Amino acid sequence: MTVLSANHIYKSFGEKQVLNDVSVCLNDGELVSLLGVSGGGKTTLFNVLSGIYLPDSGEVYLKDENVTGKPGKVSYMLQKDLLLPYKKVIDNVSLPLLINGKSKKEARETAGAYFEIFGLDGTQEMYPDALSGGMRQRAALLRTYLASEGVALLDEPFSALDTITKSRMHKWYLEIMKEINLSTLFITHDIDEAILLSDRIYILNGGRITQETVIDSAEKRNPDFNLTGEFLEYKKKIKSFLE
Amino acid sequence: MIKKLRNITGKTSPPVITVAVLLIIWFAVCKGEIVPAFMLPSPADVARAFASNIEYMAREAIVTLQEAVYGLIAGIALAFVLATLMDKYDFIYKAFYPLLVISQTIPTIAIAPLLVLWMGYGMAPRITLVIITTFFPIAIGLLDGYKSTDIDSINLLRSMGAGRLQIFRHVKLPTAVPGFFSGLRIASSYAVIGALIAEWLGGNNGLGVYMTRVKKAYSFDKMFAVIVFICAVSLLLMAFVRLIERISLPYRKTRISRPETIKRR
Repeated sequence: MTVLSANHIYKSFGEKQVLNDVSVCLNDGELVSLLGVSGGGKTTLFNVLSGIYLPDSGEVYLKDENVTGKPGKVSYMLQKDLLLPYKKVIDNVSLPLLINGKSKKEARETAGAYFEIFGLDGTQEMYPDALSGGMRQRAALLRTYLASEGVALLDEPFSALDTITKSRMHKWYLEIMKEINLSTLFITHDIDEAILLSDRIYILNGGRITQETVIDSAEKRNPDFNLTGEFLEYKKKIKSFLE
Repeated sequence: MIKKLRNITGKTSPPVITVAVLLIIWFAVCKGEIVPAFMLPSPADVARAFASNIEYMAREAIVTLQEAVYGLIAGIALAFVLATLMDKYDFIYKAFYPLLVISQTIPTIAIAPLLVLWMGYGMAPRITLVIITTFFPIAIGLLDGYKSTDIDSINLLRSMGAGRLQIFRHVKLPTAVPGFFSGLRIASSYAVIGALIAEWLGGNNGLGVYMTRVKKAYSFDKMFAVIVFICAVSLLLMAFVRLIERISLPYRKTRISRPETIKRR
């Protein structure tokens, strides 16, 4: 089942055509990456998907609902965690619920129930500054999850983390996706990360989807997948598409 | 020698030592009659004048403090409205920013008598003067705070479906609070001075009036005493602002690292 789809999106800023007939879809439980060079229109596409930008033409559907240009349905997460320093972690995380009209108490209760699953237990009453980089990303992810009913848009969420934390976060993320039934659309410019995590990879180049690659290796969830020859084959292929 | 000094400064705080040394010099100057006693009273005379006049000064100070606080509150309200509008509407920003800056170049001393002429000898001209002197630093502090808001944070809230008011409440306003307090700290010291200047130029109560009275009587000891007293009042007001700041910004406690916590070796 398709949970999120963008159909024939066109978007320009002044003279510059940033998105040119872009169609992507995300199926239930999938992790799909958007891979492309900087300035390729990835972030613009995310802003269209999350309803912040109204596309010049084309539609965005969340399940069966037309959400084109309607913010509040699909939230995203950036490399910057954007946790508000003056709010406690619990209030940061429950902010989307508060914005959607829940009372502060209700919002805190709903969000609080997920702290253990996200490995954030005990940080509820802390301020974000007291958390490590990995923990902050988890909190930001929980906030995204609470904002958008089963779909997460992630814009290079792990690129500021050190290698070890990053690979830990990858493993953790794949696990939690399964646990809370999350579908993810993922922006990255890191080919390795894309192959390692994705079910499918879209290549976005010059405002167009130029290629779609399915990663269907049997080894794909194996921790040493990135050391196999198959991995390198994928990498070679994708690299050639990007050039 | 240096080591010895450091030992001393390690036990008592440096500003206390500075003040003590200055007081000793002052005392010596008076004792040695380098400056005639009627021009420069000795610290002991000042202390005596302070003690014998404290009740009277306190009574007058209540008037001054009232003017300062009322003016400050009105200044905050005005600054808040103007800064918020200036941040929201660019044309208001462009229209008022130069006026704001120019208003700061007008010497308070010069407009105070005008205000007294227009509004009489009551509290009105004094409060007005306090508003004029205080609202600028507060408005600028707030404006800078608003402008420092991260556009990504605003977009994130929009993606959650937040309206303008919610964005203001959850992002813009809290981001501006530290800037607001830096402005308010400066403004609180201006407030007392503003009230004093207005009193100095007309009226029949307040510390400023008291100052003109002791000046006319050439009571130098009382003048020094009242200066000390005014400093204390200003410091008290600033400390009060600090206290409110601490209470309203609990998350900052973990972040502010003061230089004295860094140990030198």
